[in-house]
Amino acid sequence: MASASASLLKSSPVLDKSEWVKGQTIIRQPSVSVVRCHPNAPSALTIRAGSYADELVKTAKTVASPGRGILAMDESNATCGKRLASIGLENTEANRQAYRTLLVSAPGLGKYISGAILFEETLYQSTTDGKKMVDVLVEQNIVPGIKVDKGLVPLAGSNDESWCQGLDGLASRTAAYYQQGARFAKWRTVVSIPNGPSALAVKEAAWGLARYAAISQDNGLVPIVEPEILLDGEHGIDRTFEVAQKVWAEVFFYLAENNVMFEGILLKPSMVTPGAECKERATPQQVADYTLKLLKRRIPPAFLSGGQSEVEATLNLNAMNQAPHPWHVSFSYARALQNTCLKTWGGRPENVKAAQETLLVRANANSLAQLGKYTGEGESEEAKKGMFVKGYVY
Amino acid sequence: MSCSKSKYAEELAKNAAYIGTPGKGILAADESTGTIGKRLSSINVENNETNRRDLRELLFCTPGALQYLSGVILFEETLYQKTADGKPFVDVLKEGGVLPGIKVDKGTVELAGTNGETTTQGFDDLGKRCAKYYEAGARFAKWRAVLKIGPNEPSELAIHENAYGLARYASICQENGLVPIVEPEILVDGSHDINKCAAVTERVLAACYKALNDHHVMLEGTLLKPNMVTPGSDSPKVAPEVIAEYTVRALQRTVPAAVPAIVFLSGGQSEEEATLNLNAMNKLKGKKPWSLSFSFGRALQQSTLKAWGGKKENLQKAQAAFLTRAKANSEATLGTYKGAAKLGEGAAESLHVKDYKY
Repeated sequence: MASASASLLKSSPVLDKSEWVKGQTIIRQPSVSVVRCHPNAPSALTIRAGSYADELVKTAKTVASPGRGILAMDESNATCGKRLASIGLENTEANRQAYRTLLVSAPGLGKYISGAILFEETLYQSTTDGKKMVDVLVEQNIVPGIKVDKGLVPLAGSNDESWCQGLDGLASRTAAYYQQGARFAKWRTVVSIPNGPSALAVKEAAWGLARYAAISQDNGLVPIVEPEILLDGEHGIDRTFEVAQKVWAEVFFYLAENNVMFEGILLKPSMVTPGAECKERATPQQVADYTLKLLKRRIPPAFLSGGQSEVEATLNLNAMNQAPHPWHVSFSYARALQNTCLKTWGGRPENVKAAQETLLVRANANSLAQLGKYTGEGESEEAKKGMFVKGYVY
Repeated sequence: MSCSKSKYAEELAKNAAYIGTPGKGILAADESTGTIGKRLSSINVENNETNRRDLRELLFCTPGALQYLSGVILFEETLYQKTADGKPFVDVLKEGGVLPGIKVDKGTVELAGTNGETTTQGFDDLGKRCAKYYEAGARFAKWRAVLKIGPNEPSELAIHENAYGLARYASICQENGLVPIVEPEILVDGSHDINKCAAVTERVLAACYKALNDHHVMLEGTLLKPNMVTPGSDSPKVAPEVIAEYTVRALQRTVPAAVPAIVFLSGGQSEEEATLNLNAMNKLKGKKPWSLSFSFGRALQQSTLKAWGGKKENLQKAQAAFLTRAKANSEATLGTYKGAAKLGEGAAESLHVKDYKY
């Protein structure tokens, strides 16, 4: 999930024991995918989503197909640079191209991955074989997505909180991305519990998401709606729950006010967990229970959604998919899918096949979790390590 | 827990869920004295306490009817009334497995500066009154907010005012052990099409749930009583399947799964129409995490009233009519209603009264 990718990207690519917190793996921003199936959708949709209405619904359903989830590979150039540096590679376009080629060409990836979020450079790139990245993805039965926000900046008048930029010119950018082959978009805004969150920060996050969502739909892109509630902090799970409920109430209300078509969006809510520095940890079952309660209280069943995070969250995702609920809950991983793969590759062409194998293993594990069948058997130690980094900056 | 933790939390959730039991629904028998007077006069019966008691007794004591009901909404007078033999109505209902409910609003008043839009009154001492009603045996409450569709209606003011009024009322109810039925009725009056009704309904419901959430109302302990999504009363009718599709879609877009049941108002539809529409909704495939049931007043009582005519000798006939409708709607909650089995006189008659005032 993108938020997972955010946290993953923040952490140093080389995992060492010092990054464990209390010897436990921490759940990074898990978020859930929710899907609604509406086979009898009347074609006369009123004021929502304009001319792309049917396509948006179709795209959202495809991304939220059973047993599949999202590969977030939208690291900005700077962030991708950190990745490459961790395996001793220079941050050049060629190296970024080689790495992304490896990912999108993993044979059979489309069995577990329904959508891939790209950075702008990648959307316009070709693979090392000269094929367009988006074409390779489409052939793999993977829907190309695109990150459209322009990052977080300080929110004036708040308690040191951030807001997400990117609305300027968003209409023409999304239209261009659609032309290029993208069919869904991502925009990551954050809310910080230790800093409040202030009513201002919550409103801004929700309103920004709603505006982005409306503009995306207007230009044929299914928006992933992602208000990430940062894990940083010592707060307990009840406090996370309280904040999450407030944030989602605002988000849905503003989405409605902006006439966003709910059947054509993907949701990426953070899982409800204790703060990273909280002394009391929560079991996967507890996390699943709290998160499902949040979804039931705030999310209208019309939603399609996508996005979860982390290996730990694989357990939580799995736990959530044991209980009956009206949504399709899936994953959107960056680090949790890419980590081992990156290490295995190490930048060497001779390692490409092996690296792709590891990618498929992780994708398969998450696919199973989406179906509620994940057992954790055969997972490597590497895969079980926590990936939280305090104060991570995207 | 982010919602206010009322000491009644578990009981509220339990009662709300019970009301949504498949095969059951609510009889809305909470007509105020003035309104019931209109009903009685339509069958030439005098509006006195005895007659009011007799009518309600006829309904509640219909053999075999209570099994199709999970709740009955009462007017204050009725909550304290007894059968002719001296048995309190609340006991009759409880023994029949039916939760007594109570109307707690005090009617609507106009919002100044609007084109005849209204807000609902009844907050003064509401907490005290709810506590009193709980003691008398009530376990759920009802508060009717009204909105209308017009060129500039419903206005932002009317939506906000009614949504926050409902939320405030809901919060007070929960503090006092009563499951609040949240009823934002959008009147069917007008010549608008079904799309307009859908858009307005979605807007209104979104505002309601925002308000409920802002007020920390525990959604698991509430019920929603919305209008079905239909064309305006002056517009051509559409099939029940269409109404079902538009209505369920509107609810999917706005009503969180935590709400255990949605109990529709009939708003002037004929008895048969209301049943057919509810039935179509329960046959519809799709995501419906809440029960879809009924909270009908006129649509359960119309043919019963006509059959009774205020005469003792018509008791059986009247009760048979009531049983027929109760059973029909019970089947509709299961999607198994086969249609117009035995239409009583008036069952197909529209019950729409323009600009209806409760």
